[in-house]
Amino acid sequence: MPQNPEKVIDHMELFRQPEYKDVFARKQAEFEYGHPKEEVSRVAEWTKSEEYKAKNFSREALTINPTKACQPLGAVFAAQGFEGTMPFVHGSQGCVAYYRSHLTRHFKEPNSAVSSSMTEDAAVFGGLNNMIDGLANTYSLYQPKMIAVLTTCMAEVIGDDLQGFIVNAKNKDSIPQDFPAPHAHTPAFVGSHVTGYDNMMKGVLSYFWDAEGSPAREANDSINVIGGFDGYAVGNNRELKRIFGLFGIDATILSDVSDVFDTPTDGQFRLYDGGTTLEQTKAAKNAKATISMQEYCTPQTLSYIKDKDQAVAKFNYPMGVGATDEFLLKLVELTGKPVPAELTLERGRLVDAIADSHTHIHGKRFAVYGDPDFCLGMTKFLMEMGAEPVHVLSTSGSKKWDKQVQKLLDSSPFGKSGASYGGKDLWHLRSLLFTDPVDYIIGNSYGKYLERDTKIPLIRLTYPIFDRHHHHRYPTWGYQGGLNVLVRILDKILDDYDQKTNIAGETDYSFDLIR
Amino acid sequence: MSLANEESKQATQDLINEVLEAYPEKSRKRRAKHIGIQTAEAKDCDVKSNVKSIPGVMTIRGCAYAGSKGVVWGPIKDMIHISHGPVGCGYYSWSGRRNYYIGVTGVDSWGTMHFTSDFQEKDIVFGGDKKLGKVIDEINELFPLVNGISIQSECPIGLIGDDIEAVARNKSAEIGKPIVPVRCEGFRGVSQSLGHHIANDTIRDWIFDKTEPKADFEGTPYDVTIIGDYNIGGDAWSSRILLEEIGLRVIAQWSGDGTLAELENTPKAKVNLIHCYRSMNYIARHMEEKFNIPWMEYNFFGPSQIAESLRKIAALFDDKIQANAEAVIAKYQPLVDGVIAKYKPRLEGKKVMLYVGGLRPRHVVDAYHDLGMEVTGTGYEFAHNDDYQRTTHYTKEGTLIYDDVTAYEFEKFVEKLDPDLVASGIKEKYVFQKMGKPFRQMHSWDYSGPYHGYDGFAIFARDMDMAINNPVWNLTKAPWA
Repeated sequence: MPQNPEKVIDHMELFRQPEYKDVFARKQAEFEYGHPKEEVSRVAEWTKSEEYKAKNFSREALTINPTKACQPLGAVFAAQGFEGTMPFVHGSQGCVAYYRSHLTRHFKEPNSAVSSSMTEDAAVFGGLNNMIDGLANTYSLYQPKMIAVLTTCMAEVIGDDLQGFIVNAKNKDSIPQDFPAPHAHTPAFVGSHVTGYDNMMKGVLSYFWDAEGSPAREANDSINVIGGFDGYAVGNNRELKRIFGLFGIDATILSDVSDVFDTPTDGQFRLYDGGTTLEQTKAAKNAKATISMQEYCTPQTLSYIKDKDQAVAKFNYPMGVGATDEFLLKLVELTGKPVPAELTLERGRLVDAIADSHTHIHGKRFAVYGDPDFCLGMTKFLMEMGAEPVHVLSTSGSKKWDKQVQKLLDSSPFGKSGASYGGKDLWHLRSLLFTDPVDYIIGNSYGKYLERDTKIPLIRLTYPIFDRHHHHRYPTWGYQGGLNVLVRILDKILDDYDQKTNIAGETDYSFDLIR
Repeated sequence: MSLANEESKQATQDLINEVLEAYPEKSRKRRAKHIGIQTAEAKDCDVKSNVKSIPGVMTIRGCAYAGSKGVVWGPIKDMIHISHGPVGCGYYSWSGRRNYYIGVTGVDSWGTMHFTSDFQEKDIVFGGDKKLGKVIDEINELFPLVNGISIQSECPIGLIGDDIEAVARNKSAEIGKPIVPVRCEGFRGVSQSLGHHIANDTIRDWIFDKTEPKADFEGTPYDVTIIGDYNIGGDAWSSRILLEEIGLRVIAQWSGDGTLAELENTPKAKVNLIHCYRSMNYIARHMEEKFNIPWMEYNFFGPSQIAESLRKIAALFDDKIQANAEAVIAKYQPLVDGVIAKYKPRLEGKKVMLYVGGLRPRHVVDAYHDLGMEVTGTGYEFAHNDDYQRTTHYTKEGTLIYDDVTAYEFEKFVEKLDPDLVASGIKEKYVFQKMGKPFRQMHSWDYSGPYHGYDGFAIFARDMDMAINNPVWNLTKAPWA
């Protein structure tokens, strides 16, 4: 009997006991009718070959382990960053359960969104009644300040007229006539979650900025910032606010989830907490400029804002020294304020940290995957530290993105062995990691399967991170964020050294105390 | 009935009324039918079930796709399950349920991977059948050891009228492996429950009716199956070991750690043993009608139910098996005694409120009782009337029952009834922890487990203790607040 009340063991040890190993062996031998061991090993080896890679890269229809989700996830995330806002997803209800679970698993926080729960009858007759009843229920039950309406692929395929439906629901008194209910069409078969973020952001801004009777734009000196879909938004948005505070800039983060996804455990559940206020959102029309921290999350939004005569600027997930320099210089340019001395000190400290540690990073080869902007930001920072990005991969990456990555790689001698893989997935990356191995992988939790298969250590630095806790609380942007990223990378490298040298009497001559 | 009982029931009814006040009238009337108080007379907990969720609320339910791909088909390890349609459904259901399996992922097993036809706008406009055919070809080329394929259709597939059955038939003939088209579009039905049913029907129509049991399979009089165990955290293994110990042969596991061959050989079983009745009673009933195989619902949560189930299972066989069952129950008694001696003093009298799917709102009740705990509220995400009928056996009079509870109702019920533990899913977990309530996630065992069988009961007890008695819950109020 393997179990013991004195020291209860769970699945991690339980199933390694001989009793269970016997169970598994019998099941496999008598009932599974699997393939012979040798055949499994042969095929496993074959999947690591150049031949397999060629086949893998020639597939046209099948996607395996992609680094992208669908539009509504990004739209829900964007909506949740506004004060008192309930995302209302018009379509079948299972989708919402999925978005809520996904975001909850990453942030370890409650995640609120409702669905109009469309079923077969709505598929035939349209979802108008679901909208009318649904908005009324959301309004009275959850008492939001705003309901942000978006679609799933189901509502899009049957062609529900979102704007018309909302007007209809208001006419039926589901919600008051003047109640804010911006909307966005977010079909899952177009783009990805980063597109959904863009659509919802534009939907919210245009709702307030183009509202009938809304005052004409009166330019002031404030700055808007749009973070984009960012798994580190809790840490990053707070870091941005600290930087603006040091500058003395009047800034508004549009869709600020930093408090929404970080409420205290103090005996009270807050359905709504934090977020960009609706007043701030309205007033953001008058800002001098809007800065996007992630270009690929905001093309339509920025183009809309530009048409409103605001200056716009875009970055690609700015990490590290150079990217933060550019961001701060843009702030100087836009506001005329000098870079605060405190930030100059922080810059020097980050440079100091890189200088102290560069020997462990210089010349190391990396694979980077994730959302398009993250890949660009990470690649830039790696090269700045003397690392070599070899494979840069994003399933949402376009041809334009490929060119942009290539241009970035070409800008540094450390990028000469690098290539970009827009539109490819993690099964493509698996082939690349076998035929052209790297020292480390940078990505999200899904990379743990790559780490297992290839034995290349994984550094988790982007969304989603399900199997490690609290990373999202630490910034990755700004000089302080750069320091966090540097430490994460270094910890993995130094742990890796120890793993490789810790066999007593065999490899431990390199098991150094001081590194 | 005692006056105190009557009073407490009245208080619960007042609470229900108060919570329902927040709804507009139409929805209040609809929701009222789903919330009740367990009475001695009621045969079905007195609540309505398996009807549409009201729109615009946070229902905890999923969809038919989740029921088919996420629960029934997904865990079959030696097949590849295509999430056919846009990228999201497969992405969100990728690796989320901890259906443990043994195999080389990407080579002869694919349980923790995400395969999709990643529909684009042009696929919606022109149809996706051609692309699906190509997806299947590419799977067959890149994964030559795959034993079969299933097509899990997402919302748009049914709406645009693709003929996935024709693609399945043609491609199956071409590649010589079973291909199963599953019409589990998320808009079908009212929850994941219809997805279970649809998936069961496709096993009937596309596996039983189209494939044969393995020719060299030699049956014995002791052949049984485990049906409706998804091997979350290894549950089916900690169940299987007990069945083997009493002398039975488990010829198939459905579907956690299961294989196509096990599905095909199932009709050779002498008895089908079903754990999650809701998700797989359909196929068990079918096998009873068509192959004359009896089925029995069993419960491997907690020692009382395990012993009762082992005896009931053994009673279907001969004296030898019955004697073995007694021996196995006796063998594990010291473990049970040890676990209860250690944990009962820490858990005695603690109140639990449950809200889960499948079988757990009733099956785990006695496991809590074994630890001296009390379940004061329970409900199902996607039960049907017969599940509630099965629940009265487990619940005490006066228990609050809530079907398809909304996030709003659940929060208010917990606030007012103030249990010592809430046991529900990931979407609920942090809501209650913020309130300072100990919580265990009862879909994926909060990344622990197994919870089935005797080995699992020890873990269950340990986990409930760690949830309730962790010192963090004394820190929620600042000393100056």
